[in-house]
Amino acid sequence: MLDRIQKAQNLCGAACKQLGRQINIMEVCGTHTVSIFRNGIRSTLPKELKLLSGPGCPVCVTDQGYIDIVLQLADRDDCLIATYGDMIRVPGKNSSLERKQAKTNIKVILSSEDALQLAKDNPEKTVVFVAVGFETTAPATAVVVKEAAEQAVDNFCILSGHKLVVPAMRALLSAKNDKIDAFLCPGHVSVIIGYGAFAEIVEDFGRPCVVAGFEPLQIMEGLGEICRQLAAGKAELKSIYDAVVTEKGNTAAQEIIAECFEAADGYWRGLGKIEKSTLKLKDKYSRFDALTRFNMSETPSEEKTGCRCGEVLCGLIEPPECGLFGQNCTPQEPIGPCMVSSEGACAAWFKYGGISISG
Amino acid sequence: MCLAIPARIVELEGDKAVVDAMGNRWKAKTTLLPQAKLGDLVLIHAGFAISLVDEEEAKETWRLIAEINEFQNTPNKISG
Repeated sequence: MLDRIQKAQNLCGAACKQLGRQINIMEVCGTHTVSIFRNGIRSTLPKELKLLSGPGCPVCVTDQGYIDIVLQLADRDDCLIATYGDMIRVPGKNSSLERKQAKTNIKVILSSEDALQLAKDNPEKTVVFVAVGFETTAPATAVVVKEAAEQAVDNFCILSGHKLVVPAMRALLSAKNDKIDAFLCPGHVSVIIGYGAFAEIVEDFGRPCVVAGFEPLQIMEGLGEICRQLAAGKAELKSIYDAVVTEKGNTAAQEIIAECFEAADGYWRGLGKIEKSTLKLKDKYSRFDALTRFNMSETPSEEKTGCRCGEVLCGLIEPPECGLFGQNCTPQEPIGPCMVSSEGACAAWFKYGGISISG
Repeated sequence: MCLAIPARIVELEGDKAVVDAMGNRWKAKTTLLPQAKLGDLVLIHAGFAISLVDEEEAKETWRLIAEINEFQNTPNKISG
């Protein structure tokens, strides 16, 4: 194994030498961010090779406007809010779900099925499922929406915050962001969408896209493969996560997403409005859409003064460059979601930033 | 949040399963993986099986998850 790591490191070194400039590789997935830190990978890379943390943390990119809607619904006595755990600390304008947890109507759940069951167990309340996540999680939501329709669980609805990874990658590149040379693509999103989904990034933007798993060897070999391509002036689509990723992905999951959802324009924290980048329930399921049911609409909110989560998410700055980092914004008292989420770049840097000295 | 956990299907009726991993058992569904059978190792995400997985990959992922959990539970320290 050591020789494989060495080979990967050599490829990285060779690319830096060949190109004679800084190479920026964006790792899209929040779990990659954490794994890279945990394994001290940054410190093993040549100093010209920079890893940028991208918008791959679904909690981090949830717009403040969405959180504020959840908080408004949490204030209603006729609602129960069902949410995955990592959402509860995300700050809205004035509060967070965690702070409202003194109210007993917020339930942390592990699965969308738990949210549906909550509705069945509490027929006198309306359950609002805070449905956040990328394509890995969206099928789980689609399954329960379909079940709610089939089983006539009318007191169930979702607030869809589901986002699509490829449109976000396109938006980053279309913003004439010349910093990104290549992408290390997310592993478990690819289980669902297939690595073929990234072909358009390679074809339209000429950037290498390599799907890797989360183990340090996978990450190193993924980076090595990217560097091999960059040194040769190529841009190719590749997956080295053969254990679970195929070109086509999980078609049953894709079909159920397509049955319940359609792509819509949506707001991403830090990136603004991105076309066809979020999932909205189709008309035939609109009665399960909390926005329809409660006659609300999501408007993006202004960022708190000084919060530079947006630039962190785009890979334009590293967390320590934000003036709030470590001062007003810490994991104990987070301001932006990049510090709230355990997968956020700022949280990872805060914990382990001292270790990320290169060289 | 995007991380999926490998687990073995120890009970299966229709698409309702009980899965076992890392000392825990919990309910999951195989709606998205209709080919899954009793005894299969699968990747579970948010309560749903999304892919089959082999033994070697499962063990490696369990090891990694344990490390990441331990890593994230280490007390925060002010970065120097």
